[in-house]
Amino acid sequence: MSAKKQKRRHPLPAPGEWTFELIEAYHTEIDRVAREYGLDTYPTQIELITSEQMMDAYSSVGMPVNYHHWSFGKSFLHTEKGYRRGQMGLAYEIVINSNPCIAYLMEENTMTMQALVIAHAAYGHNSFFKGNYLFKQWTNADAIIDYLIFARNYLTECEERYGEEEVELLLDSCHALMNVGVDRYKRPAKLSLSKELTRQRERAEYLQSQVNDLWRTLPAQQIKAQTVEERRFPPEPQENLLYFIEKNAPLLEPWQREVVRIVRKVGQYFFPQRQTQVMNEGWATYWHYTLINTLYDEGLLTDSFMMEFLHSHTNVVYQPAYSEPWYRGLNPYALGFAMWQDIRRICENPTDEDRYWFPDMAGSNWRETFDFAMRNFKDESFIAQFLSPKIMRDFRLFAILDDDKEAKLKVSAIHDEAGYRKVREIMSDNYNLGSREPNLQVWNVDLRGDRSLTLRHQAYLRRPLNGEADEVLKHVARLWGFVVRMEVAHEDGRIELLHECRQDRRRTDKN
Amino acid sequence: MVRIIDRRFDSKNKSAVNRQRFMRRFKNQIREAVADAISGRSIKDLDNGESVSIPAKDLSEPQFHHGRGGIWETVFTGNDQFSSGDQINRPQGGGGGGTGKGKASNEGEGEDDFVFNLSREEFLDVFFDDLALPNLVKTQLARIHEYKSQRAGFTNDGTPANINVVRSLRGALGRRLALASPYQGRLRELQKELEALLETSPPDDPEVLRLKDEIGILRAKIEAIPFIDTFDLRYNNRVKVPKPTTQAVMFCIMDVSGSMDEDKKATAKRFFMLLYLFLTRTYEHIEVVFIRHHTVAKEVNEEDFFHSRESGGTVVSSALEMMKDILHARYLNGAWNVYGAQASDGDNWENDSPHCRELLANTILPFVQYFAYIEITPGEPQNLWREYEKLNGAHPNFAMQHIEGLPDIYPVFRELFKKKLA
Repeated sequence: MSAKKQKRRHPLPAPGEWTFELIEAYHTEIDRVAREYGLDTYPTQIELITSEQMMDAYSSVGMPVNYHHWSFGKSFLHTEKGYRRGQMGLAYEIVINSNPCIAYLMEENTMTMQALVIAHAAYGHNSFFKGNYLFKQWTNADAIIDYLIFARNYLTECEERYGEEEVELLLDSCHALMNVGVDRYKRPAKLSLSKELTRQRERAEYLQSQVNDLWRTLPAQQIKAQTVEERRFPPEPQENLLYFIEKNAPLLEPWQREVVRIVRKVGQYFFPQRQTQVMNEGWATYWHYTLINTLYDEGLLTDSFMMEFLHSHTNVVYQPAYSEPWYRGLNPYALGFAMWQDIRRICENPTDEDRYWFPDMAGSNWRETFDFAMRNFKDESFIAQFLSPKIMRDFRLFAILDDDKEAKLKVSAIHDEAGYRKVREIMSDNYNLGSREPNLQVWNVDLRGDRSLTLRHQAYLRRPLNGEADEVLKHVARLWGFVVRMEVAHEDGRIELLHECRQDRRRTDKN
Repeated sequence: MVRIIDRRFDSKNKSAVNRQRFMRRFKNQIREAVADAISGRSIKDLDNGESVSIPAKDLSEPQFHHGRGGIWETVFTGNDQFSSGDQINRPQGGGGGGTGKGKASNEGEGEDDFVFNLSREEFLDVFFDDLALPNLVKTQLARIHEYKSQRAGFTNDGTPANINVVRSLRGALGRRLALASPYQGRLRELQKELEALLETSPPDDPEVLRLKDEIGILRAKIEAIPFIDTFDLRYNNRVKVPKPTTQAVMFCIMDVSGSMDEDKKATAKRFFMLLYLFLTRTYEHIEVVFIRHHTVAKEVNEEDFFHSRESGGTVVSSALEMMKDILHARYLNGAWNVYGAQASDGDNWENDSPHCRELLANTILPFVQYFAYIEITPGEPQNLWREYEKLNGAHPNFAMQHIEGLPDIYPVFRELFKKKLA
């Protein structure tokens, strides 16, 4: 960089209003610097949109196309209200994990903000999407837009054929189960529009025949009674409720199975984002900060540009303390940004403490370490691996133990020598979806009897299900078509029946 | 390589479909909100949307999450007082205790009602829905003013297509005359001098040559004045004028005797509103006169018209007398289109009804465009209805309707509307 510093150039103009030419000029510079840092990205597609279109994108979960559902309308009205009354600013950007990577810029933004967004979204997030193992495994950037188009067309077709209301009710039920529609440990198959289309019909027919076979009751006499009684279904508990329903619900029509599958696939697409918030936002923030500062060092940016940039940047990484009224938990931008900066510091200027805590990392090449960390971790493991004592001191982290059997809360660890490991462990667990979300399993289907479906909640640290669970169970019953039960398995081994929901679909179906 | 795409001019309402779905799903709540709004607003106030609030519970999209309870161990920032092992009291609910415990987030969103705004179109849609209006009527009514463009003199600027040639050239001529006049005067003097001089002196006299030179210069100056200048251009001026250019007065007559309960009044209000809407599509300026009556009639403001309660018997003719008086005193100068709308439960004092019919036939119907009577009663028509029935065929500008529910209102206007459509 030092060689570059000497050839100071004329800074890029920084007027309040952006123009297409300027966006292109800024993009060219940002792109050049990003390449110098070795960021590997999908090609970028920058789209300029109005605030209204931003709200549109917001409310259809950030995707450029999506099927229609009232809940998106609700979220649009909600966003619109907040925005019109000035209670809420819109996000400066939305970036879509697709190839090419689509970054939306809002027309109200100033030129500085557009440059910040380009660096943040089109280079930060973009490279993270391309590199991180979760995204590689769970999402398919090449096919997502095509898949969503397929999904929208398919659902429109279903609406024409079976009525909007029927489809809407089905979608309601599927949405209720969206966050239990993921195999957390199995790798999903790749999406592809052409395959989807050709296989969809085939699959529908095949599935239906499988289901029918499973429920065949006629040749009962031929099967030996004993083996039947021992047959347990599912043979092992299943955690992916939507998948289980798609494959096994006895009364669903083929098109309904396809809809379940669509919702499951879309939910799965967002699964990695829920698990890499700190890393991903921190990474993007780190890179917009670094790229813009590098350009400034090269003399390409004016001071006024930098003032505005720093103003926005500081707002983004602001972390209020627990005692302040606007405390909303840890700010992923602040924590992530601090951690990535800290990793670079440990690589470049390690202290004795860092050498003790991170013997492999201290003094290593920071770009290689960054790359390794970005590619192979999610929030939970990233924190367990890289949260340094310095960050814990800087953020003044402390852990509170809240046991509803105790009268008082207990401070279990703070940012001191004795507490570092404990704080880190607890914090890592806070970001673990497995313990944050209830552990639900498809436990048993009564194949020989009333075909009832039993779900089991494996309680963890005595945490109960929330009050909405019985509502969700109604949705499960709508999909399953027979009695659905929810049990809780307490840690001491007791099994307790929580809810039971009866819905005999057979009557309503045969009209 | 980067692709920069300008999407700002793409179709705007991408989520309009989702919004419609939302509206359809919560139709009942929205309808209730609109009904509340109608009883709360003035009958003239139909050009605004309405803010609708739906209980958050109805809108929830349930999901499996953890609830409160059990053991939670959470990391917070900004430690300012704690050491390991400290015991702290649980913060009391409301978060005033300073530690917004992470559990709050498990409880999902707050329980506030979900509030959003209906646009004017959506509001009218729901309003019309109740009244079972035919679609054609709906679109006719929901239409915003039509404007027609009218000539209104001339302006100094405008588009080239609107240049008025005659005016512009006239202006140019005037300007040329005005600018040239000092030179013209001097030119004439010089020419006279020259002629006089030529009689006495030879043509090559230096004085003659000087005069000729000067005349040449003046001619050049006059010719240098431009034939036409941007300053001269005049354009035809066109202004947009709302098409309905006439005015109307609408008489609302309502029985407020003891037998008219709130429900009947609410129905009557919709009837008046709908008439008002019809009229706003046809007339630019509308005055509304509210007359309520029991045994005596009184002209009141809208607030009292709908909301104050009276009791006692009913003498309908008192209201018709009053309408006649007001009509003759204020609105019979030829500038007004008069509409009458009467709502009652039909329970009139027996001997009064024939008198009403006469009043209506002789002193009111000849002067009004349209008079509509609705009888809001669940059972058999009452005596006033029977009397009015005699008028029905004889006067084309009279309509009556027996109303049990909201969808019965519209037929009253069918005739009126047919006429306007033609």
